[in-house]
Amino acid sequence: MQAYLKLDHIDKTFTRGNATTEVLKDINLTIEKGEYVSIIGHSGCGKSTLLNIVAGLTGATNGGVLLENREVNSPGPDRAVVFQNHSLLPWLTVYENVKLGVDKVFASTKTRAERDAWVMHNLNLVQMAHAKDKRPSEISGGMKQRVGIARALAMEPKVLLLDEPFGALDALTRAHLQDSVMALHQKLGNTILMITHDVDEAVLLSDRIVMMTNGPSARIGEVLEVPLARPRKRLELATNPGYLKCRQRVLEFLYERHRFVEAA
Amino acid sequence: MSMPAIKTEATAVAVPTSSPTAPAPVVTMTPKQAPRAEKYAKMAKEVAARVVPPLIVLALLMLFWELVCRRTGSTLPPPSRVFKDTKELIFDPFFDNGGIDKGLFWHLSASLQRVAYGYSIAAIVGIALGTLVGQSVWAMRGLDPLFQVLRTIPPLAWLPLSLAAFRDGQPSAIFVIFITSVWPIIINTAVGIRNIPQDYRNVAAVVQLNPLEFFSKIMIPAAAPYIFTGLRIGIGLSWLAIVAAEMLIGGVGIGFFIWDAWNSSHISEIILALFYVGIIGFVLDRLIAGLAKVVTRGTALN
Repeated sequence: MQAYLKLDHIDKTFTRGNATTEVLKDINLTIEKGEYVSIIGHSGCGKSTLLNIVAGLTGATNGGVLLENREVNSPGPDRAVVFQNHSLLPWLTVYENVKLGVDKVFASTKTRAERDAWVMHNLNLVQMAHAKDKRPSEISGGMKQRVGIARALAMEPKVLLLDEPFGALDALTRAHLQDSVMALHQKLGNTILMITHDVDEAVLLSDRIVMMTNGPSARIGEVLEVPLARPRKRLELATNPGYLKCRQRVLEFLYERHRFVEAA
Repeated sequence: MSMPAIKTEATAVAVPTSSPTAPAPVVTMTPKQAPRAEKYAKMAKEVAARVVPPLIVLALLMLFWELVCRRTGSTLPPPSRVFKDTKELIFDPFFDNGGIDKGLFWHLSASLQRVAYGYSIAAIVGIALGTLVGQSVWAMRGLDPLFQVLRTIPPLAWLPLSLAAFRDGQPSAIFVIFITSVWPIIINTAVGIRNIPQDYRNVAAVVQLNPLEFFSKIMIPAAAPYIFTGLRIGIGLSWLAIVAAEMLIGGVGIGFFIWDAWNSSHISEIILALFYVGIIGFVLDRLIAGLAKVVTRGTALN
């Protein structure tokens, strides 16, 4: 089968002075178009580093990333990132934050009016059109992350990279945003790679869950298919045996076989 | 379309959280539009709270000064004498009898003009050099030690050298203003650039801003609070330096006016000039602070 996004034998070593730390070792992963894949692991296992490599923000020491059979090694709008702490520019309004990327990506393919409409369309997708003239400091954390998602979506990325997008949010807001992302995925059919440390979030949202062993030299320990039909409903899944089984598998992996040693 | 699914979820979550708080705003809405006069009274009270204390302190100081300097044989004139001696200068700042016999307005505007030239050059050069030093590790290693040494040289120490180079008072004074105010601008800009969060750089990288766009859309706004700190320190220093420089180069200017008054023993005129220098220094500082507020749109600390 033709792989859409392929992580090919990725190693990553950090060198500081004389000390070298191997963070990632031999990461191989292929992701199909439209697939929703989560990467889960304990903190410090290098999952954010892996996402940065895919985004092109960090270079791999060995191996590389192939998107539609072409190597990508620098950042670009085809792999838009939703950052953990939203990273909206505080001096721009919500509208301008989204427009920054749109103006760049569609500079030659869309007219000014079309770009404006496209920004509003994407703000509408995340239900943030009402706050288009507000500044990031004037809206809540969940709203900021919505805008972050709109900014990434508006670049029409081939792969959407989510770096613990809900990590900084309270539980209710998080659930709300998870549902939004699920609906958007259903509607737009994006290919999504998400970093998370939340087992429920991973099972609820993903088609496949990639479980990473603890660092240093973190590897892919196990890949779990989540055979649950979409659209998924949070409440119905709570008692679904398939859901519980998947959840159990991930929990076993994280807390029995690869316990976080330093946490004890 | 799966949007309805989101919507129902939204309301489902929103209803229980908002219902207990909903009646509260309704109750508070009614008195909100009530008396306008009350609002003005409150505003006046706030202004008074800020203006009255300094006025009282000023009045007390004036009284103290008057009492101390009233005695015969006092070396400095009391405020009443100062006012009597300088009445003409205060009420007619625009006279021009040719040469250096001009009203205070002309002296002050000549000084302000020099500051405007020197400071504008300092702002442009300072922000450019600061950006370079903040962005490039090698530029920092090469230039920073130099800056740290040069910035400690007192402004007036540059004056003979610049007179030798330019052979004229006007450009020398402008150069002294420039060299005085450029250091804080460079150093603060560099700190601001170095402190740009990696997140913003990542955003710029993903969006693929080119270096010019990165400079104008990310660097300058992100570093603006720091840059304006430098600009504010710079304008203060340049106003400090101009008075001293003008005492030495002569011609028209508030610094020379003070020196001239001293040479002709017009102590009252010196005091009046100091008063103006202080007020204008304060206004310049407020001006830059106001500009900072407008440019950073109050998001400086976010």
